[in-house]
Amino acid sequence: MSLELALFYLAALVSLSATVLTVTRTNASHALIYLIISLLAVALIFFLLGAPFAAALEIVIYAGAIMVLFLFVVMMLNLGRETVAQERRWLAPKMWIGPGIFAAVLLLELLYLIVGTEVVTSGKGVSPKEVGIELFGPYLLAVELASILLLAALVGAFHLGRRYMRARREEIE
Amino acid sequence: MTAVSVPIEHVLVLAAALFTIGLVGVLVRRNVIFLLMSLEIMMNACGLAFIAAGARWAEADGQIMYMLILALAAAEVAVGLGLVLQLQRRFDNLDIDAASELAG
Repeated sequence: MSLELALFYLAALVSLSATVLTVTRTNASHALIYLIISLLAVALIFFLLGAPFAAALEIVIYAGAIMVLFLFVVMMLNLGRETVAQERRWLAPKMWIGPGIFAAVLLLELLYLIVGTEVVTSGKGVSPKEVGIELFGPYLLAVELASILLLAALVGAFHLGRRYMRARREEIE
Repeated sequence: MTAVSVPIEHVLVLAAALFTIGLVGVLVRRNVIFLLMSLEIMMNACGLAFIAAGARWAEADGQIMYMLILALAAAEVAVGLGLVLQLQRRFDNLDIDAASELAG
């Protein structure tokens, strides 16, 4: 039981320090990498709290899709002559030390959780099945509202981005 | 009687700390990309609080609220990044104060 607590505090420490480093970076790419580490640490905490489905969603949607969207925009805004040299400077090997250490700590914790058979998640977890039954039962209206929100965001993002892309194309031509 | 052995108070303190870091980021940084990242940190902290509450009573509702926050974060980022592209096009920098004129 106390081991579980130690895993939680370690993940919390990684998450807090990675978040502080995210907010204090001056370089957007470096901040994004620390933010991804922070989200992975929070996903591990979800797993420890007995919410494996939320942990998977955190990694797939937050650390995956949303952060890739950020990365796309950061890379799009840096189109220019000196981009290649800048990328090389940004991705210098010593920049990877901090995120690498954090990610290694999280990987060790995850390996420990997977290999150790008796401590998987603490206490009584909530399985994806229960979440699904609740989600499409009493919360059906909320799901529909979320889908409308996502549709509105899709239309809005397309509208804003299309004008940008057209202007860029004219600049290039 | 708690369903989890991790004390909920500690998880809530962590969520509050993450939220505060995000809030400080929103207030201090002036680059729009960092502003959006800080907003993501704040929303993620809210999700952590919901998951902790759901785990405390072993109910699925916490995870459902987390999923709704996830949908909100995805929608916000899509529109926010579209606005970032517009800001870059119109003002040629990413300073949020450049867009404070609100004149037509």
